[in-house]
Amino acid sequence: MSDPILQLNDVKTHFPITQGFIFKRKLGTVKAVDGVSLTLGRGEVLGLVGESGCGKSTLARTIMRLVPTTAGSVVLEGKNLTATSAQSARELGRQMQMVFQDPYASLNPRMTVYATLAEPLLVHGLCPPAAVPSRVAELMEVVGLAPRFMQKYPHEFSGGQRQRIAIARALALEPKVIIADEPVSALDVSIQAQILNLLAQLGRKMNLSLIFIAHDLSVVKHISDRIAVMYLGKIVELGPATDVIERPQHPYTRALVSAIPTPNPDVERSRQRIVLPGDPPSPVNPPKGCNFHPRCPYAQEKCKLTEPPLVAADATRTVACIRLGEI
Amino acid sequence: MSLLTVNDLRTYFHTRNGVYRAVDGVSFAVDRGETLGIVGESGSGKSVTCYSIMGLIPQPPGRIESGTAMFDGVDLLHSTAAQSRQIRGKRVAMIFQDPMTSLNPYMRVSEQIIEPLLIHEKISKTDATRRALEMLEAVGINDPEKRMNLYPHEFSGGMRQRVMIAMALITKPELLIADEPTTALDVTVQAQILELIRKMQKDLGMAVIFITHDLGVVSGLCDRVQVMYAGRIVETADTRTLFYHPKHPYTRALQRSIPSLQPKGSELYTIRGLPPDLSKPLPGCPFAPRCEFAEDKCVNTAVQLANVAPGHAHACLRAQLGEI
Repeated sequence: MSDPILQLNDVKTHFPITQGFIFKRKLGTVKAVDGVSLTLGRGEVLGLVGESGCGKSTLARTIMRLVPTTAGSVVLEGKNLTATSAQSARELGRQMQMVFQDPYASLNPRMTVYATLAEPLLVHGLCPPAAVPSRVAELMEVVGLAPRFMQKYPHEFSGGQRQRIAIARALALEPKVIIADEPVSALDVSIQAQILNLLAQLGRKMNLSLIFIAHDLSVVKHISDRIAVMYLGKIVELGPATDVIERPQHPYTRALVSAIPTPNPDVERSRQRIVLPGDPPSPVNPPKGCNFHPRCPYAQEKCKLTEPPLVAADATRTVACIRLGEI
Repeated sequence: MSLLTVNDLRTYFHTRNGVYRAVDGVSFAVDRGETLGIVGESGSGKSVTCYSIMGLIPQPPGRIESGTAMFDGVDLLHSTAAQSRQIRGKRVAMIFQDPMTSLNPYMRVSEQIIEPLLIHEKISKTDATRRALEMLEAVGINDPEKRMNLYPHEFSGGMRQRVMIAMALITKPELLIADEPTTALDVTVQAQILELIRKMQKDLGMAVIFITHDLGVVSGLCDRVQVMYAGRIVETADTRTLFYHPKHPYTRALQRSIPSLQPKGSELYTIRGLPPDLSKPLPGCPFAPRCEFAEDKCVNTAVQLANVAPGHAHACLRAQLGEI
């Protein structure tokens, strides 16, 4: 991709499992993110999907430097975030902001909306103190909240309104990249639609690049330009959103797409569903070879031996499956 | 003759901030072997309806103000404790959203599964254990002899939900109430559990009330669907009619706000405003303040659920008058 804003090169985030308090013994490693390479274009919306425990949230936190990277690099506008000092990374990190899943937990209950939105402005010295109130009012208007609610506390708002506050907080620093980690999962469908519209509209208006993480494929398909599917710390398929959902190629993506119930009784009752056996395996002890082989309907002996690389399946799509041409 | 007939159920919560009308005049029936879906957003009263039937409403602050729930000739809302013990947990079973909080973490899975059998049937512990093994096998747990003696925390989310289903179905109930049983699960696991519920329903011939906020789940599983809003049923119909010919503006708005039914990237339809405060009286249609078709009469006139076709009823004044 020409001129990506964000680039991940073989990023790994491993967590040690230790036992004991003083004499720590290392028992193993959770390979939460295990070799992810991605690019995010300017103004692009990249959807990241996968089931719980696949490492999608850890990847988001790794990009934000909320957890230390084990290997690989995160490059934002040509500058390697993983190699710089904490301070300059913070300076660079201003250009990336995060919106979290649960707006009930991500806002400080003792801070008014004004305090929440003014804090980043003052910390980073982005506007003179006298101009803060007008900037806060402006931010609230951008996300569709009336500025007269400035002195209210988070508990006085509904879930959807709280998520708007969280989005306004992310926008306060005028970031170039926003990482939204399941921003609509905790919301009802009618409210979910409002937040999706808002994110899409902000992305267009401010030319934001967005990484949108969700487990709901239909939501991701709706908002994203490209979709990356993760399984057990690795990306298994990456391609244009509509393509990936309508013509999935990796066996896992196929199963995932077929598992989503569609709100259309005739379609729902006539289609063939691939029901995967078992649960996702533990990332402490991932299967040898292809991570997915124990649950894969197409697995053969060779799948247990070699780890499949992510290779180009066509001009726009990459897939990590060695049997791709055969199935 | 329906298996369960609920008539004019009203469950109010008396709180310091006023009387909260969580369920406000709900009537419906479930036939033997039928699957009824109840959909609605959070706070619409779908769970409280079923909790009331099962006698799980904490009283106080809750109070069942009126209504009957006739199950095979017995009113579950006004029966004696002894009568309802004969029915709840044996002939009517319930499974819940979060299998971690609804299983006892201190009890081995085996003890929890045989408990309903020991209570409801004259059966020896050995026989009960044998039945539990069969049941665990039927819900798809591999190696049940070994797994049976584990504790709930040693199971994954999907496996726990299977244990819950085994526990609910071991007495061969005639009615299963499933309160968002797949909401906390991943989609591939959700597909497994839905498949399992479908299979067990066919094997046992039981009726199922399936509560969910996901219209997609309903479309594949349910024979009939009722949509709830602000403690009332606003529309009920067989699944195809409800999805292809919805009449109530709320049902239509819900469908229009689902991304998978809309062209990619298009602006999603949003319902303006918020659900009403249930502690304030709502003289007219509860959806009127958010409805794009609402007129003055909608706000002021009480509206009843009325049949528009056999099996299809809704509570929209203007649609009933043929205006929209």
